[in-house]
Amino acid sequence: MKLLVCISKAPDTTSKIDFVENNTKFNEAGVQYIVNPYDEWYALVRALELKEALGGTVTTITVGGIDDEPVIRKALAIGADESVRINGNAKDAYYTAFQIADYAKKGGFDIIFTGKETINYNGSQVGGMIAELVGMPYISLASKLDVNGTTAIIHKEMTGGVEVVEVNLPFVISAAKGMAEQRIPNMRGIMAARTKPLQVVEPVAVDELVSFVNFDLPKAKSACKYIDPANVAELVHLLHTEAKVI
Amino acid sequence: MSVLVYIDTISGNISKNAMEAVFYGSKIGPVTVVTNGGVSADKLASLGNFGATKVLVQRALQSQDASQLTRLVSATAGTTGATTIVFSQDLTGRAVAPRVSASLKAGLVAGAVSLPDAGGIFKVNVFSGKAFGNVKVNSAIRVVNLTPNSIALETGSGSAAVEEISVDCGAPSYTVKSVEKQEGDILLPEAETVVSAGRGLKGPENWGMVEDLAKTLGAATACSRPVADIGWRPHHEHVGQTGLAIRPNLYIAAGISGAIQHLAGVNGSKVIVVINTDPEAPFFKAADYGIIGDAFDILPKLNEEIKKLKAQN
Ligand SMILES: Cc1cc2nc3c(=O)[nH]c(=O)nc-3n(C[C@H](O)[C@H](O)[C@H](O)COP(=O)(O)OP(=O)(O)OC[C@H]3O[C@@H](n4cnc5c(N)ncnc54)[C@H](O)[C@@H]3O)c2cc1C
Ligand SMILES: Nc1ncnc2c1ncn2[C@@H]1O[C@H](COP(=O)(O)O)[C@@H](O)[C@H]1O
Repeated sequence: MKLLVCISKAPDTTSKIDFVENNTKFNEAGVQYIVNPYDEWYALVRALELKEALGGTVTTITVGGIDDEPVIRKALAIGADESVRINGNAKDAYYTAFQIADYAKKGGFDIIFTGKETINYNGSQVGGMIAELVGMPYISLASKLDVNGTTAIIHKEMTGGVEVVEVNLPFVISAAKGMAEQRIPNMRGIMAARTKPLQVVEPVAVDELVSFVNFDLPKAKSACKYIDPANVAELVHLLHTEAKVI
Repeated sequence: MSVLVYIDTISGNISKNAMEAVFYGSKIGPVTVVTNGGVSADKLASLGNFGATKVLVQRALQSQDASQLTRLVSATAGTTGATTIVFSQDLTGRAVAPRVSASLKAGLVAGAVSLPDAGGIFKVNVFSGKAFGNVKVNSAIRVVNLTPNSIALETGSGSAAVEEISVDCGAPSYTVKSVEKQEGDILLPEAETVVSAGRGLKGPENWGMVEDLAKTLGAATACSRPVADIGWRPHHEHVGQTGLAIRPNLYIAAGISGAIQHLAGVNGSKVIVVINTDPEAPFFKAADYGIIGDAFDILPKLNEEIKKLKAQN
């Protein structure tokens, strides 16, 4: 089986979020980048498990600059066989999806994995766009994936429950919690990752469909009102008359 | 500026998310709604209360297959001449809006929390609720995925004209083998009030007081990640960065420390109440109201006091 896993980088979840250059740019000073958790913990690990069980290769693909390579090496250290970096600036989701779809069309992949969303842009966009561009089914927010010959059985989230669906290969899937368990790379993996192939491909020209003009931070919360634990009635009163939420 | 709003009515009902999407659309221009499945014509006509003038329904399409819905929405966008297409960013919106965006080459505003301003700029949630991005669409048609609970719904009076349509949506891209419904009637993603608890509750046997309070409030229950990971609570209750992001009007958190990854899923809540024995718990910084105290003591008392309040009103 040929498996393609989309890997994006994301600021470590504890990063301080602020902006520079008139609030047009994320302030990267002191920010540690990690592999986007959905991509690493769920999509990549499940792809590796399938490869271990059924044979095949796991290729990762990232749209990004040279700064993204440490994150790509981490994916290789966890066990991916090879990586592709599309040397473009992932300006908007359509641009990103277009690059990945363009590469994927030539690759004959059986399953294309994305994460549920990136934790910085939280768009949940790229997977669906890839599916449309390559003309494959899209199974979003999947929490379980098993492959049986040329079909797969997938649990996907639906409003108020889980739907179990059957789909023919090839398809695009977005991985949510539950699909696999996080793997910590070991020393051998880290060493091996240094020499695994990382191919750099130039991007194709694509229009930017949306652009971020600038960013703002939410208004600071007013300080917490403390209520005496012996006076729970006071809290209920405030929730009713002041906050008007009960 | 003609607006097309897709709503998910597959449950046979019109959800609050759907009403919000229609109402939001009506603030941009005249709204045509498109939907599918067996929901009654009366219910569809009532979307006029939220500003819809017309509702198109494809009866034959009984599933939420993203490929088929993409064709339904893209085709109706063409016939209605819509320049703005609105979805609610719920599970269906997340699956279908990106496909429609790529199919029409129309820019997608993912997770909008505001109407466009005079310059056509939308606010979206980024960095897991820690910031807003201001997004401009460069294409002639735009697709908006509206974050649930980000517009105050107003109910007017009106009745929309309902019309059955028959669009070629192609073959299904997958088959549904079975459906596992989650228990409880208040769904967490749509709940207006949520009672949530964390590791401070010590064990699953202590969740009775959380459920009792939720019942009194008509609330859904939620939990922190470790609690779902150890199996004290079902996974669908896990909120936060890696779980569900929710925006209820009231979020009550007991025995949760308020780690940044937890906050990422709940900081869109309008009012946050924190109950924690540790005055240094980071959650108090994000709280509107706080009680430094023992959840085992406070939760039952809170339940009693709310019952009293409800009895008076
Ligand atoms: C990449 C990443 C993603 C993550 N994603 C998520 C996520 O999506 N959601 C999430 O929740 N976490 C997430 N986490 C984990 C998160 O960092 C915290 O570890 C977790 O939220 C802590 O859960 P907790 O507050 O229930 O437990 P603890 O941190 O153990 O806190 C328990 C709290 O209960 C209080 N307490 C103890 N006894 C009582 C009592 N009797 N009455 C009242 N209070 C009491 C304590 O003072 C303490 O504050 C993530 C972590 C990482 C690294
Ligand atoms: N620059 C990128 N390179 C590769 N994959 C990406 C990139 N951005 C997003 N993705 C993939 O698309 C998923 C959804 O991203 P998003 O639409 O930004 O929420 C992520 O979890 C990744 O798997």
